[in-house]
Amino acid sequence: MSTLKIDQVSKLFRSTSRGGGLTAALRKVSFDIPQGEVITLIGESGSGKSTLGKIILRLVQPTSGSVTLDGKDIAKHPQRAYYQYVQGVFQDPFSSYNPIYQADRVFELVRGTYFPRMSAAEWDAKLEGVLDAVALNPADVLGKYPHQLSGGQQQRLLIARALLLDVKFLVADEIISMLDASTRVDILNLLVKLKRQGLAILFVTHDLSLGNYVSDRTIILRHGAIVEMGATPKVFGNPQHDYTKMLLTAVPELHKKWKHSPLGPVTAAGDAVVAVDSALATDVISANGSGAVATAVAHATLLDELSHAEAVVKRDLRAVFSREGRGSTVVSSLLEPPRLVEFEPDHLVAEPE
Amino acid sequence: MSLTVENLSVAYRSRRGDITAVDNVSFRLADGEIMGLAGESGSGKSTIGNALIYMDPRMKLAGGKALLDGKELPLADNDAMRKLRMTEVSLVPQYAMSALPPTRRIGKIITDLLRSHGIKDRDEVLSELLRRLELIGLKDEILRRYAFELSGGMRQRVTIIMSSLLNPSLLIADEVTSALDVSTQRAVGEMLIEFRDRGYIKSAIAITHDLSILAQIADSITIMYAGRLAEKASTAAITEAPLHPYTQALIASLPEVGVRHEDTTLTGIPGRPPSLVNPPSGCRFRERCPFAFDKCTETPPFAEIRPGHQVACWKVSQEHGGGTRVTVPAGAIADGASTEGTGE
Amino acid sequence: MSLADTLQEPGAPIPGAPATPVATPRPRRNDFFYYGLRNKKLVFGLGLELLLVILAIVGPMISPHNTSDYFKLNAGPSGGNWLGTDFQGHDVFAQLVNGLRESYLVGALGAVSAAVVGMVLGFIAGWRGGILDEILQLLTNVIVMIPSLVLLVVVGAYLNTRSVLFEGVFIGLTTWPWVARAVRAQTFSLRSREFVDLAKLSGKRPTSIVIRDIAPNMASYLFLVVILLFGSSMLLAASYDFLGLGPSGVVSLGGMMQNANLNSALFFKEWWWFFPPGLVLTAMVASLLVANVGLDEVFNPKLRES
Ligand SMILES: Nc1ncnc2c1ncn2[C@@H]1O[C@H](COP(=O)(O)OP(=O)(O)OP(=O)(O)O)[C@@H](O)[C@H]1O
Ligand SMILES: Nc1ncnc2c1ncn2[C@@H]1O[C@H](COP(=O)(O)OP(=O)(O)O)[C@@H](O)[C@H]1O
Ligand code: SF4
Ligand SMILES: [Mg+2]
Ligand SMILES: [Mg+2]
Repeated sequence: MSTLKIDQVSKLFRSTSRGGGLTAALRKVSFDIPQGEVITLIGESGSGKSTLGKIILRLVQPTSGSVTLDGKDIAKHPQRAYYQYVQGVFQDPFSSYNPIYQADRVFELVRGTYFPRMSAAEWDAKLEGVLDAVALNPADVLGKYPHQLSGGQQQRLLIARALLLDVKFLVADEIISMLDASTRVDILNLLVKLKRQGLAILFVTHDLSLGNYVSDRTIILRHGAIVEMGATPKVFGNPQHDYTKMLLTAVPELHKKWKHSPLGPVTAAGDAVVAVDSALATDVISANGSGAVATAVAHATLLDELSHAEAVVKRDLRAVFSREGRGSTVVSSLLEPPRLVEFEPDHLVAEPE
Repeated sequence: MSLTVENLSVAYRSRRGDITAVDNVSFRLADGEIMGLAGESGSGKSTIGNALIYMDPRMKLAGGKALLDGKELPLADNDAMRKLRMTEVSLVPQYAMSALPPTRRIGKIITDLLRSHGIKDRDEVLSELLRRLELIGLKDEILRRYAFELSGGMRQRVTIIMSSLLNPSLLIADEVTSALDVSTQRAVGEMLIEFRDRGYIKSAIAITHDLSILAQIADSITIMYAGRLAEKASTAAITEAPLHPYTQALIASLPEVGVRHEDTTLTGIPGRPPSLVNPPSGCRFRERCPFAFDKCTETPPFAEIRPGHQVACWKVSQEHGGGTRVTVPAGAIADGASTEGTGE
Repeated sequence: MSLADTLQEPGAPIPGAPATPVATPRPRRNDFFYYGLRNKKLVFGLGLELLLVILAIVGPMISPHNTSDYFKLNAGPSGGNWLGTDFQGHDVFAQLVNGLRESYLVGALGAVSAAVVGMVLGFIAGWRGGILDEILQLLTNVIVMIPSLVLLVVVGAYLNTRSVLFEGVFIGLTTWPWVARAVRAQTFSLRSREFVDLAKLSGKRPTSIVIRDIAPNMASYLFLVVILLFGSSMLLAASYDFLGLGPSGVVSLGGMMQNANLNSALFFKEWWWFFPPGLVLTAMVASLLVANVGLDEVFNPKLRES
């Protein structure tokens, strides 16, 4: 049984635009991915989900912290062997294909490295098997250029590609957002089946119901830090952090309509208060009473997003021009995530930031 | 009627012969209607959207026409269509938010766009732009930023503002919520409704896989299967009482909030959609349909079963008073009210 | 057991067997070749270029005269001198075909050496980034700043004979920074695309990724750079020749035009002396440019018309 261990991983990006501030994409994130477990990673866009996936896939180097596989730093594993066990499917099928080649070149790449001596007939059979697993007709997709495939077809080809190898860990970064309901279910059931055979999956999604359906544990990420994590039924059944609660109220449901309140001329929304205080936490949203949250969500999202962006810029400025203390201490304080406290066994919740 | 599409067929030219991605599709869109278009991936949703605005050289109009506000859209004539883009019909393409040019600031992208559409009075449009940014809670400061400096939700809202800036009659939004988290999805969805309510867009087609989002924002939902329309009805009818076997299966495969795989195994629809290269004759859902019977080897018409509720299925049309054969003939898509009596 | 095998076990995972017969049609013909031969611009551009190259090769053989033969001065075209003679009585056609050959040689040498050096350094800088990139940037700036004319005079002083080879390579080694910059910038933006990540995940090595994934995406761009280099090498060579810094005793198109210009050929309406070299020079570069547009269409599947 191998385990992928993520230990205090942080990642700072230096913004390439003017100012050149720092963005903390991940702040001291730690958790384990044991084999045979599905872990759902949930968070708004920009919260660092893809960055974490890329660190596990050795495509991005963490600024600090380590990722180990079987006790050995992943950077020390030989590359080819590592990718035989750890594979990924990216969020954006659009840019996962080299536009000048036919889409099925993604299979040829794998074949070239890992199955150079396989006979054509064997290879075709293998390919057919994985395409069937993702419900694709070979005739519809092979020999086509990426722009000739629909978004869902592109995404499914990439999943099929990962299945060609003998993977033990799969990073699935929003792989189902382009699929229709019934294909989604097929893919999810496929993931469950693979999990039962021992595959570990980091399942990045924004669809909370699907995350709930498929995963054993759930991690809620916000601004690069874990705000809540634990066994999926506990996190979804009894959410503790305000942010988790807000996400759960925004889930679109088939038989229940959002309450749409027209956006007037833009003023601060009645129920949502943006607490601007002197501390780093300028972006805590508080809502009066839990019932009010639902109607305030739309406004809250807008405000939240803005204040988040502002907070990041402010932190950057502080990190760069700070008078108190030298760069490294400021950067480390910028990285310090909210502390996680145990709410119940296998359910950690962050203190308000 | 804002938009009337009649017997539209669109094919892609390929080296292996034509692929008819959209086959004989007819529907209409009322003023102020937000129509959701859902269906399996590869079923031709984006193709419909693209055909109504831009035929790329590999696309071919294989038949049919579309009328916008009573005027026929010159679908096959790219130059004539160019004049209508953004002003009459506008598209937010799938992946638009990841395709914003990385080297230009948002403001520059927008002014370039206006220039390429020959807008003379740019100042007025730009002040309108600022008003709309403020409305949805974005600061005009973002105009000086680059696309990669914005979060996904911000980028998506900017692309929608961009495409609706000249108050088009029809906005086609292709998968605008797909890559976003739930709270941002909601903001984007409500923004569409808001824009419609304020008359920035007269009507809209929202293409997405996500039926639960459509349940929130759409007035009517159209379900597509393998290049053809399967069902069109009001949102409530589709979500509560769908008639077409495919729609029923689709709705059934949505997980209720709180369902877990250990307790309930959701089932998808067995099998896969037919290849569009050589599609089988008759109902295209036949291979996967639990109710298929011998009649199904003929192509079912897209018939109006009830006012405002159209279904392409033999079983359904037989059950609902066999005589209801109100197919939708070219040039005369019947109004809900006028067809009411025909069946009985 | 690999996952793919488990997927094939009976009944799993999608119960309904494939509805349509599963065939795997894969046209493994070379698509670039297929569309290349059907692209009018590419065929026209390359065809014209090929004609000129043939003229450069066989021209000197079929020309009845040598560049050093003397005839009547400033004579118009005639049966004896197909393109007339210049102010010294040399046969223009003989000069033209020999000059064509020299110009091709210098242009190609200059373009190829600049392209090789510039591409290697540009790819490395763009791919690796970091300190290596900064060093290469510095080097690039230094080379751009050194006035090449002065350098040529200095280097030339130490050499006894100057050959066409020397002139071409010298031009290449002073112009590569332009290539390097372009390649670096393009590599930089392409390497962050996800298909590059996917190639890494497939166990591909950096050199393979750069050559197979990144370079083809800028093929038409690179080709354009090479064409521009080719043209500018020829023009640079012409100006060096004119200043007496070029290879000794060699006729070139640039030299012919300079001569014609100096001797007011246009003013005296001696078009046969003035136009042919200009026309040939333009055709050499223009046909490559046309080919480049075609190449873009062939390499970019979205621009291919079926
Ligand atoms: N340029 C093209 N050339 C050839 N075939 C194409 C082209 N674009 C799309 N197709 C094919 O047409 C069919 C319909 O594609 P379309 O993009 O409309 O699907 P979609 O319903 O929007 O799917 P998704 O939800 O996955 O985006 C697919 O089978 C696709 O492979
Ligand atoms: N290559 C990069 N350079 C600079 N900043 C980046 C880069 N990749 C991601 N970021 C930043 O890191 C943060 C997290 O991004 P990401 O991991 O993509 O989030 P998510 O996948 O959750 O949407 C964002 O603020 C993003 O802008
Ligand atoms: S027409 Fe027949 S096969 Fe098609 S959906 Fe209806 S019952 Fe099923
Ligand atoms: Mg992401
Ligand atoms: Mg689509």
